[in-house]
Amino acid sequence: MKRLEPLIYELSSPGRRAYSLPECDVPVPSGAIPPGMAREIPAELPEVSEVDLVRHFTRLSQLNHGVDTGFYPLGSCTMKYNPKVNEQASRLPGFAAIHPYQPEETVQGALQLMYECSRYLAEIAGMDEVTLQPAAGAHGELTGLLLIKAYHEHRGEKRTKVIVPDSSHGTNPASAAIGGLEIVTIKSDDRGGVDLEELRKVADRDCAALMLTNPNTLGLFDENIHVIADIVHEAGGLLYYDGANANAIMGYTRPGDMGFDVVHFNLHKTFSTPHGGGGPGSGAVGVKKKLAPYMPVPFVTFDGSKYALSYDKPLTIGKVKSFYGNFGVVVKAYTYIRALGPDGLKRVSEDAVLNANYVMRRLVPTYDLPYDRHCKHEFVVAPWSIKKRTGVRTTDIAKRLLDYGVHPPTTYFPLIVEEALMIEPTETESVETLDYFVQAMLEIAEEAEKDPDKVKGAPHTTPVGRLDEAGAARNLNLRWRKPGD
Amino acid sequence: MHPADRRYTKTHEWLKVEGAEGRVGITHHAQDHLGDVVFVELPAVGKQVKQGEQLCVVESVKAVADCYSPASGKVVKVNKRLADSPELLNKDPHGEAWIAVIELGDPGEVSSLLDSASYDKFCEEESGH
Amino acid sequence: MNYIPHTDNDRERMLEAIGVGRVAELFEDIPKKVRLGRPLDLPPGMSELEVYSLLYGLSKKNLNLNDCVSFLGAGVYDHFIPAVVDHVISRSELYTAYTPYQPEVSQAVLQIIYEYQTAICELTGMDVSNASHYDGSTAAAEAAIIAAMHTGRRKAVVSEAVHPEYRRTINTYAHGYGIEVTEIPCSGGVTDWSRAPEAMSGAATLIVQNPNFFGCLEELQSAERAAHGAGALFTVIVDPISLGVLRPPGDYGADIVVGEGQSLGNAPSFGGPYLGIFAVKSPLVRRLPGRVIGMTRDNRGQRGFVMTLQTREQHIRREKATSNICSNEALCAAAALVYMTTMGKQGMREVGELCTAKSHYLAGRLAEVGYRPAFQAPFFKEFAVRCPVEPESIVTRLAGEGILAGYPLGRAYPQFRDCLLIAVTEKRTRSEMDTFVARLEGLK
Repeated sequence: MKRLEPLIYELSSPGRRAYSLPECDVPVPSGAIPPGMAREIPAELPEVSEVDLVRHFTRLSQLNHGVDTGFYPLGSCTMKYNPKVNEQASRLPGFAAIHPYQPEETVQGALQLMYECSRYLAEIAGMDEVTLQPAAGAHGELTGLLLIKAYHEHRGEKRTKVIVPDSSHGTNPASAAIGGLEIVTIKSDDRGGVDLEELRKVADRDCAALMLTNPNTLGLFDENIHVIADIVHEAGGLLYYDGANANAIMGYTRPGDMGFDVVHFNLHKTFSTPHGGGGPGSGAVGVKKKLAPYMPVPFVTFDGSKYALSYDKPLTIGKVKSFYGNFGVVVKAYTYIRALGPDGLKRVSEDAVLNANYVMRRLVPTYDLPYDRHCKHEFVVAPWSIKKRTGVRTTDIAKRLLDYGVHPPTTYFPLIVEEALMIEPTETESVETLDYFVQAMLEIAEEAEKDPDKVKGAPHTTPVGRLDEAGAARNLNLRWRKPGD
Repeated sequence: MHPADRRYTKTHEWLKVEGAEGRVGITHHAQDHLGDVVFVELPAVGKQVKQGEQLCVVESVKAVADCYSPASGKVVKVNKRLADSPELLNKDPHGEAWIAVIELGDPGEVSSLLDSASYDKFCEEESGH
Repeated sequence: MNYIPHTDNDRERMLEAIGVGRVAELFEDIPKKVRLGRPLDLPPGMSELEVYSLLYGLSKKNLNLNDCVSFLGAGVYDHFIPAVVDHVISRSELYTAYTPYQPEVSQAVLQIIYEYQTAICELTGMDVSNASHYDGSTAAAEAAIIAAMHTGRRKAVVSEAVHPEYRRTINTYAHGYGIEVTEIPCSGGVTDWSRAPEAMSGAATLIVQNPNFFGCLEELQSAERAAHGAGALFTVIVDPISLGVLRPPGDYGADIVVGEGQSLGNAPSFGGPYLGIFAVKSPLVRRLPGRVIGMTRDNRGQRGFVMTLQTREQHIRREKATSNICSNEALCAAAALVYMTTMGKQGMREVGELCTAKSHYLAGRLAEVGYRPAFQAPFFKEFAVRCPVEPESIVTRLAGEGILAGYPLGRAYPQFRDCLLIAVTEKRTRSEMDTFVARLEGLK
């Protein structure tokens, strides 16, 4: 078992330092900062040596599980391998050390990369225009919804309702609320798709948009997608594609071909950029022509010889973020798309779907399968029969997987499946890794029958055991304080 | 299993009439469903509420529940202990962990609430789903 | 190159286990009507060697800050990044992890963010920090939203001296959420507080930046009185580097502090990824957007860290959440923590002192050669000068010589068409500044 690490503040010793700066080579001005504006007491930051600092963060990092440490089948998060050449490319000084306000002639390579990346993403999405400005998936959702709102407003219509299925991501309703729109939730049908009758009932003159991911959060492709699109369009609404699950369809179908008007991609899912322990991501948004006039500014133009930033969109919603988006992340996604090409991307979706179906079939019948169909890149199973017999729940199985060195799947989501385990293996995992995971899941099921307490008490081998989340929320301790302060 | 000395709502609050006032809380069944309660957003003293209107918010680690007033009237007292010890709601939801006292605006409303036997039955049916 | 391990044999074995003959059968539920039916129109894939030279070639078309002398700031600064920063955030246990949903195997990310929250609280003088927001502009926009939620008012007042891109972002969010935005004009490079009382009527918050976009230090006591006098929350946008030498906003009554954390160990990267700083005083803790990490104990009695106050967040509160943010900028926050730890208590002050000394040296030298200060207000590391020649032409001409001269203020403020905004970080040397002065003098 790995040892826990003290806080960096606990390693601090007055006078120690890890930095070195040049001597000041100009006269020190007196009174540059007026007394009332100057800081009197220095911020209580750690004072450590460089070696102690490096050891602290190195030892800490060893307490973490990442894609590079082991299998990470976290549903809807597409935890595929993050190619190292992407990291190397984004760190090139010509990308990392350039300022967003440099003269355009000094950043032609960066503008070209953004221009081309937008065009590639538009082709993959089946859209006409793409903005790279949003910083994350939820930020892309907000951007897309504001575009839809602007579109309706410009046509003199006040539509406020956004329809989402009950299997949707939590960010969908939250993004709608921040965008000043209201959410209407509709039930799924018995095949896990959108219930068309329910949809017809709510798709009315107030409907601004339907937000959908296809395949949905059950990993199932909605075969009625063109009917759904017709219903919404006939009501005057637009279709928003949540691209969280785009890893399933590349080269087979495109949101634009399915009838969607707006799409966001999570470059940190489908296009292999790492999640960074929670971020940064990038939530590029693509739209059909009719929404293009409202897109955020600026956008990159190309006249055949020179790339430039243009602000020429009189109807724009404005800016959703300063500058041009998470460029460093876009470099990684661009590198990935160029390395794979059209054949590579299609193969990605094929093998992502192959891996998911393989694991799904091998887990059944030990685990229950709420919707028995071929899945796409992910699927949902539940330990209903195990729980009935042994009392072992999804949480327990997830925690026990930690002892096998595997990151657990997404749990208790989507909400429409009780005790859900949402599993997304991704295409970068070998059959041996998948077999190891299946073996672990089957062993845990067996253990649940023989020694349920062992499963319920898991994990046993991780650096920390189950943590008291209620205690953390009741007695908030959100920052360290010097003892005695 | 819920005490017979008070009335209940289908949204899982209880009301105990004490003269012209009513003491309000959430039921054992409600706290059991929520899990470890970590925070209670108490109503302001003096607040006027109608029956069925939101009275306060109760949070557990991973769930949030709006708590609705079982009766109309004015909030005259709130249980400040819950601010520091929200876990009381798990330990003693029908006793020490009362949430507020309301000056009843319309005592007639009380008869519209469930008695303990009907509420027990209601909980059983709800869990059966 | 596709990073897929399967051999044809593997695929056959797997198809057999599934019970289908070909992979294509797994896609048969996609109706013919919506199928693409042709290959994606993208350039063909390539080897790692080829893709790296392609990217290297593109990068060489850009003038990078290591190969030039930069006086360009305007919200993004060329500060020194110690080598340990990139070393730590290149640990792949950190950067290949998702959000710390499973705390038992995420103590690194969780503890790092807890340490980051502590450092931000120390630097800003605030009580609680979140785990990071997208950037300074979105943090400012969401400050307006939580102020509206908290006060029940639908109006935000913003100083005209707030970064133009931030104001534009605030406007976009405010229009969506339903908040009216009013601006307070400037006079002499600082906000004209005499205009505040009228503007503040019915406002949820007053948003001010210090140092402001022009580099000037604002008179914050007046700002604080204007905000609190109107029953509004006082929001301050900071440059964290300045807090090595400037009074922390917690000291002068800020309720919300937001800011751009790029300067703390994050590369300029052509505008992102950056780091939104977001900190509040205790009464606002349940309004805070995004993730927050708390300390607790595990079932073995050990100290550990978890995501807490999750009921504010979108995955639980859905449409009632305080924000829609999910993915944040955790790795940029980690870089900021490593930076603040490397600099430490003394280094943060020293960086601030170097910026102050050098920027004042350059401002003095420029005044001698006819580039007079545009404003008389005190400044920290950035200042505007009135130019005897057109600022845009200065920028273009000097870029050709490997000098980034600054930001022409006329781009965002037509009334300052003749002004150039110049930033000086600790990286600039006296000889670089003397050369810059000589070149500018030569352009007259």
